[in-house]
Amino acid sequence: MWFTLDNLATAHDTHEDAAHTSTGLSNVKLGMWLFLGTECLLFGGLISTYMLYRGRVGTGPRPAQVFDIPFTSVSSFVLLMSSLTMVLAVSSAHKRDDKSTNLWLVITALLGATFVGGQVYEFTAFYNEGMGFSTSLFSSSFYVLTGFHGVHVTVGLIMLLALRGMLKNNKVPGSRAETVEMIGLYWHFVDIVWIIIFTLIYLIPA
Amino acid sequence: MAIIEPTASSEASIAVIPPATPSSAMGALKRPVATKGWRQWVFTVDHKKLGIMYMATAMFFFLVGGLEAVMIRMQLALPNGKILNADLYNQMFTMHATTMVFLFVMPMTAGFANYFIPLQIGARDVAFPRINAFSFWALLFGGLFINLSWFLGGAADGGWFMYAPNSGPIFSPSHGVDFWALGLQITGIASLAGAINLIVTILNMRAPGMKLMRMPIFTWMSLVVQFLLAFAVPVITVALFLLSFQRNFGATFFDVSAGADPLLWQHLFWIFGHPEVYILILPSFGIISEVLPVFSRKPLFGYPFVVFSGAAIGFVGWGVWAHHMFASGLGPVSVAVFSISTMAIAVPTGVKIVNWTLTLWGGKLWFTTAMKFAIGLIVLFTIGGLSGVTHSVAPSDTQQTDTYYIVAHFHYVLFGGAVLGLFSGFYYWWPKMFGKMLNEKLGTWNFWFMIIGLNMTFGPMHILGLQGQPRRMYQWTENRAGEGFFNLAFWNLIASIGSLVLVVGVFFFLVNVFITARNGKVAPLDPWGARSLEWMTSNPPKEHNFDSIPTVHHLDEFFHRKYAEDANGQMQQIATAEEVLKQLEDNADTHIHMPSPSYWPIVIAFGLPVTALGVIYSIPLAIFGGLIILMGAFGWALEPSTAPDTDFDPPSSGNTSKDVVHVG
Amino acid sequence: MTTTATDSHATEHGLSTAGYVRIALILAAITGLEVSTYYVDFGWLFMPALMIMMVIKFVMVVSYFMHLKFDNKLFSWLFYTGLILAVGVYCAALATFKFFG
Ligand code: HEM
Ligand SMILES: [Cu+2]
Repeated sequence: MWFTLDNLATAHDTHEDAAHTSTGLSNVKLGMWLFLGTECLLFGGLISTYMLYRGRVGTGPRPAQVFDIPFTSVSSFVLLMSSLTMVLAVSSAHKRDDKSTNLWLVITALLGATFVGGQVYEFTAFYNEGMGFSTSLFSSSFYVLTGFHGVHVTVGLIMLLALRGMLKNNKVPGSRAETVEMIGLYWHFVDIVWIIIFTLIYLIPA
Repeated sequence: MAIIEPTASSEASIAVIPPATPSSAMGALKRPVATKGWRQWVFTVDHKKLGIMYMATAMFFFLVGGLEAVMIRMQLALPNGKILNADLYNQMFTMHATTMVFLFVMPMTAGFANYFIPLQIGARDVAFPRINAFSFWALLFGGLFINLSWFLGGAADGGWFMYAPNSGPIFSPSHGVDFWALGLQITGIASLAGAINLIVTILNMRAPGMKLMRMPIFTWMSLVVQFLLAFAVPVITVALFLLSFQRNFGATFFDVSAGADPLLWQHLFWIFGHPEVYILILPSFGIISEVLPVFSRKPLFGYPFVVFSGAAIGFVGWGVWAHHMFASGLGPVSVAVFSISTMAIAVPTGVKIVNWTLTLWGGKLWFTTAMKFAIGLIVLFTIGGLSGVTHSVAPSDTQQTDTYYIVAHFHYVLFGGAVLGLFSGFYYWWPKMFGKMLNEKLGTWNFWFMIIGLNMTFGPMHILGLQGQPRRMYQWTENRAGEGFFNLAFWNLIASIGSLVLVVGVFFFLVNVFITARNGKVAPLDPWGARSLEWMTSNPPKEHNFDSIPTVHHLDEFFHRKYAEDANGQMQQIATAEEVLKQLEDNADTHIHMPSPSYWPIVIAFGLPVTALGVIYSIPLAIFGGLIILMGAFGWALEPSTAPDTDFDPPSSGNTSKDVVHVG
Repeated sequence: MTTTATDSHATEHGLSTAGYVRIALILAAITGLEVSTYYVDFGWLFMPALMIMMVIKFVMVVSYFMHLKFDNKLFSWLFYTGLILAVGVYCAALATFKFFG
């Protein structure tokens, strides 16, 4: 592995601040990818907990009784499309097209907010159907997993909005395109986690 | 934190100009600029200052954990011990282990890594200096937070691996476990951020020519450790979250009566826990792999083998966790698989021991205190490793598990391995860090007391364990002690006296530090005839580490700048350390921007325990803590990591960030 | 990267806008298929089909939207190490619970 690592670093990245590093890659981007790698173990643990406990409903409702697949399909689709708008924001940022960057960021944030709103609605509906947080092992592991994901989306939303404000007021320290790209990576990651959750938790019945 | 420019008076010396007209973030707070007093420490982002702060914190917690250990041993010295009641005893061994593992060894290795990795790879700081500061403060606050529980109704008492049902509210009604779970969550965040930071630093901030296979071995072992941390910490994060949700919000994740599987906790804990033991030991392996060659006057035997066996340990370490669960009813297939993988992991460890021995072989040995501790590690770790192999055989482990035999085993590897390595590092690098030599005579006393104390304390525990004394037992009685040579009374007493001998040993170290600080011998530039890059700068290093970044041509670069082969293939000295350093100074970079101090790391880190306290006592407080974090994050995001030119007095003219990339 | 000379624009910034939209359309189509399993009985194909579609979507987002395909291999190394480790240890742990049996 050591020699691959050294040889990998031949081509130089185009980012301004990457030019001086040993690998020619930017520090933030390297750090971000590593962070996302570690997040796999975090979500993996939560997903496994859910998988282990999904059938243990006690006297509470079973997953199939509460899940509203059409509704969740729509909100999953919304989140998926927010990945498209995010990548368009990144690509506009690389083209230094501030106007479209701004626009795509706002649209992404709106789609993300729709998703979070959908989750709030879903949680409320489940609660009303008698599925509280501590009703059963299934319900608590479900809420912890999807709630964790929801918190990640919300953090992403705050970052998107803050980024837009900072871009507008010219307050981004360092490379703007790279900052947009990093937040983009985080956003896409949140999306791929949902791709897994949607299949494993919602579509595969317990 | 400053610009460095040549002064008019002398070309060669370099002046450090502090920022003086700081800009403000969000129009509220101005950037801290103090270079004196407590402010230079609290707001610093300098990896060396942070390294020292990590080490001081760790040393403090070592004393706390040691005090707890002595109380345990005093309780068990005689039959029917009365010093602690059963409840306090449970808190004592739980907090002893938690403190030693999470608040002493881990921060101490983080301190070494912080201080020496940038120096060893020829960098001026880490990749993300502010994240570095944040990690330290989060560690400190997390550690204090856990210990706060002593004063708020009692500390955690479920044992350091906190199995269910002991971790649940029925067996542990105080808030101790809540503090424990949330506090470890905070130190976990610190470790994770630190790991990402150091990995990026090692991959990205190396001096020209510093290929991976030219990196000093301590840096290599630290790299493996940081990868282990990066991937293992999230697993315990999950476990701790589940536990907190169970205790604070009514979930039942580990409650058997609600149909839960208590083994879930055990898996999550040990998927983290086994890599964790390598997180504790590998830095010390790295340290003695630096120390042994220097004091044997030979290069490390089989450098690539040491590197690869380290990486192999890091890798295989992910596939053995269930050997901690042999007695839990895993099923025969799982037990067989994990038993064999555990035996396999002894192999790369053995490779290392062979390499060290062959490094010593035929060398001109110089028995400094650092060297003594390093050799002590080889011997005692080997003993601990051998008893470890006996546990990998599942049937034999079933006899040993939960007895003092296990306690003996892990103290030989943790104290005899990890801790002796750290002490070796203290003596070896002290002159580098503080410019003074630790006293060798006191060091020798320090060493022998610790070695004798260690064997007196933990050696008899093998006997106690095989005789059936359970671990975590708060009292023993005369009529169960038995008779003859193997009677429990005698060996318990010996172990307890041994712990006091250990304390005296540690005390010698503290005295040594104190005396050295007051009137120690000023260290020469290269006191040991060292081999690696961190010695190619002044003692202690300048704020910017290197006047000019060296170009690296060899493994053991510093050695090769001092020595070269003559016509007969003999190594001859070609330059003194002073000459090597002078050469770097003569080519000093003229304009170095160092990252600037910041308020935000400590602000964000402070928000964490506030939030955690809120989770236990009142949700509004938790929200308030969250707001502190959010505010800190905004301040952080809006503040350039390196102060702009206009912030300096006089304003700097040059282009910024000439050598270092700072984006954290 | 040392791949043969691809379009330099593509290696730097990934795909064009139209390219991204195309990827999104494919993703949307797969999602449609996934959801259809809820209404139509796929028999024994149900599980494998869902898993494969999930993996395809995952890899597509990572490779194209997150640029991993066009970027330095080191990024892939870091990310996939975490991913594979996660799948490995958690599947092994679930296996000891006889989850798959
Ligand atoms: C000052 C020297 C030390 C002494 C005298 C000491 C003594 C002890 C004793 C007697 C126990 C068993 C308590 C019981 O089972 O009832 C124990 C447990 C433990 N010690 Fe130490 N120890 C020392 C240093 C360390 C260090 C340096 C570490 C780790 C780096 C460590 C890690 C542990 C752990 C993990 C446990 C298990 C606690 C549990 O059962 O949950 N100890 N120690
Ligand atoms: Cu283990």
